Amino acid sequence: MFDTLTDRLQAIFDKLSKRGVLTEQDVDAALREVRVALLEADVNFRVVKDFLARVRERAVGAEVHRSLTPGQAVIKIVHEELLATLGEGGKLDLGGPPPRVILLVGLQGSGKTTTAAKLALHLRKQGRRPLLVAADIYRPAAVLQLQTLGKQINVPVFAESDQAPPDIAQHAIRQAVQSALDVVIVDTAGRLQIDEAMMQEVEQIKARVRPAEVLLVADAMTGQEAVNIADTFNKRVGLTGLILTKVDGDARGGAAISMRAVTQVPIKFLATGEKVDALEPFHPDRLASRILGMGDVLTLIEKAQQQFDEQQALDAAEKLFNARFDLEDFLAQLRMVRKMGPLGELLNLLPGMREVTRQLSPDVTERQFKRIEAMICSMTPAERHNPDMLNASRKRRIAAGSGTTVQELNQLLRNFREAQKMMKQLSTNPRMRTMLGLVQRRRPR
Amino acid sequence: MASLRETLARTRQSFFGKVQALLGQSNITADTWDTLETLLLQADVGVATSTKLLERLHQRAKAEGIVRAERLHEVFKHELRALLESPPHATPPSWEKTRLLEVILVVGVNGSGKTTSIAKLAHWYQQRGRKVLLAACDTFRAAAVDQLQIWGERIGVPVIAGPPNGDPGAVAFDAVQAAFARKADLLIVDTAGRLHTRHNLMQELRKVHGVLRRAVHEAPHHTLLVIDATNGQNAVAQARGFTEAVGVTGVILTKLDGTPKGGVAFAIAGELGIPIHFIGVGEQIEDLEPFDAAAFVESLFE
Ligand SMILES: Nc1nc2c(ncn2[C@@H]2O[C@H](COP(=O)(O)OP(=O)(O)OP(=O)(O)O)[C@@H](O)[C@H]2O)c(=O)[nH]1
Ligand SMILES: Nc1nc2c(ncn2[C@@H]2O[C@H](COP(=O)(O)OP(=O)(O)OP(=O)(O)O)[C@@H](O)[C@H]2O)c(=O)[nH]1
Ligand SMILES: [Mg+2]
Ligand SMILES: [Mg+2]
Repeated sequence: MFDTLTDRLQAIFDKLSKRGVLTEQDVDAALREVRVALLEADVNFRVVKDFLARVRERAVGAEVHRSLTPGQAVIKIVHEELLATLGEGGKLDLGGPPPRVILLVGLQGSGKTTTAAKLALHLRKQGRRPLLVAADIYRPAAVLQLQTLGKQINVPVFAESDQAPPDIAQHAIRQAVQSALDVVIVDTAGRLQIDEAMMQEVEQIKARVRPAEVLLVADAMTGQEAVNIADTFNKRVGLTGLILTKVDGDARGGAAISMRAVTQVPIKFLATGEKVDALEPFHPDRLASRILGMGDVLTLIEKAQQQFDEQQALDAAEKLFNARFDLEDFLAQLRMVRKMGPLGELLNLLPGMREVTRQLSPDVTERQFKRIEAMICSMTPAERHNPDMLNASRKRRIAAGSGTTVQELNQLLRNFREAQKMMKQLSTNPRMRTMLGLVQRRRPR
Repeated sequence: MASLRETLARTRQSFFGKVQALLGQSNITADTWDTLETLLLQADVGVATSTKLLERLHQRAKAEGIVRAERLHEVFKHELRALLESPPHATPPSWEKTRLLEVILVVGVNGSGKTTSIAKLAHWYQQRGRKVLLAACDTFRAAAVDQLQIWGERIGVPVIAGPPNGDPGAVAFDAVQAAFARKADLLIVDTAGRLHTRHNLMQELRKVHGVLRRAVHEAPHHTLLVIDATNGQNAVAQARGFTEAVGVTGVILTKLDGTPKGGVAFAIAGELGIPIHFIGVGEQIEDLEPFDAAAFVESLFE
């Protein structure tokens, strides 16, 4: 979870009272923990080794700024190095005479076809006229998958039966010229980097269409092999960028570090869901925090800002941390989570919040929600404020008044108590407090 | 950075040879342990599990007075294998007909290889005389139903499907009825890929599970989690999440025809007690093999 690394480091440095200059022992003790954190995040072990050597070089003998503890000082250097390794997010480079070609490559199931549709939608929104090309002739229904997605986003899809993928790609370009389409996005079959025949095929496709962008679409859950995958694709087809997919899960995404380290090409997008609009620009600071296990607070805030009124989001966050949490708050939370839909998911980005949102939005169906609402509304204000006073006769009254059962009411109270307990724990957690402070600092005046 | 790239290339060729050499003829040194640690980390075994494994090996080496690296090697392989074989019910669903209708529910994160593995499984059981029916409960992903239907046609196994974006539970229910009507004895249920962190989607999966449970006695009789062997430590979280939601009984580890070693299997079998039943070794229908712990351990050292 969020606090592991920072906490562990704190524990190490708490033992050292002196401040000033970081000694070799200080640094090595800290880096042992950093090493574990990076390996747990799936950064390749060799990349970790290299990385730690660089940090060590910078850290030993470095001055510790007065406002920082030695632990924080090391983390700061680690964080900076991580940022440097991740690099800035790159933009698509589609200048030059149209049509410009984007070639998507990667292992099986990494998300190429879905990402092709996402890119098409993204470009169309920018006023470009994309053409999707179905160059996967192997996977059952791969062409139909792309055609279905194309229909959803209103982008034409080029497909041909009985043709080899390099030919299909080439014919697509002719088609784009004829139809005055200015970007051609080629979806290719998934392939293992050690599959010689398939790697030759992708080389041929590349030679035929001379793409402006060759993007490796890679799963954020990828483990140690990320280096070999990225390295081989880069050598064979010369990557111009990376797209990390399935970032919406809880994978720490250390593979991004590994792939950047071996290819040096920029990460151009993050894919954050199955829907066609789930594509985001890449921000190194967030991924760095995530890899170190420090929560994606910034992403949370930005998403919250995009999707609803910032004030509402801040109020929501504050309410969540409020130690006073009665049935009225519970209902308000439920309503909000329902209304805002994605808030529940957003809150998951905050470490430790997953459990809370589970309690708050236990995937209630519309019907269930109505019943919960009815039960709470059938209570007196005093009862809502202090559910402990709900004895058997009061419960019967509420159940009758709301057209529900006492069992349902008991279930609701159990859920509420769980949520309340979690809120208490969180609000007394100093780290959560600090994060709330961070949220508040960003509040507009 | 160039150095990294070069060393990587070199590692792949020489590393395992080095392990063999180190373990082969010499006495145990600090190097022996380092090499073993690297071997485990590189295979995605994970820090926690690697540390635990090596600590235990240390203890055994001490207690049993092991000095030769060669002997250590043997003991270690033995330990690794024992770990993989530790979960109870470590054998895959039997291919013999054991009840009127047996139900296998297949779950996993997006793109792990569920649909392909189901086609392979259907083929596998059909070859062994079972009457198989498939349920296309991925009503969400574009062309997911068509994908399964094409596989079904290729191997001659009927597929029950519903309307696009329909209720997966309803498809599951229809499939059970169809299975009874057609006297099928094995129903394999394909589900949409979902990340274990998506509460709503996991809830949806529970519903499918519930439908099966109510429709057939003790169903689903097997709930198989499909894990992409290319995945790192997140696979353990997947196993945990899906087990919590629908009680996973076994794992299919796919894409082992690539370079990954699938070391997460040790944490999944060892810590979570979930057996690995099958491995996927390609995209073709016959590219499915029963899991062989001994061979799996050997491949770590190759
Ligand atoms: N959660 C999540 N799922 C994703 C994301 N991107 C793709 N997917 C899902 O991952 C699965 C595989 O995606 P595809 O686009 O079919 O992958 P592919 O690389 O084209 O697969 P092949 O063509 O078989 O190699 C599908 O279920 C997608 O819906 C993402 O960013 N988040
Ligand atoms: N190399 C290799 N590829 C595999 C293996 N198993 C599946 N694949 C490929 O992985 C990709 C995804 O497989 P699917 O069966 O569609 O995966 P899924 O889990 O059903 O995907 P979603 O339903 O989108 O979540 C396809 O391109 C398959 O051909 C395997 O064992 N080895
Ligand atoms: Mg595809
Ligand atoms: Mg599928």
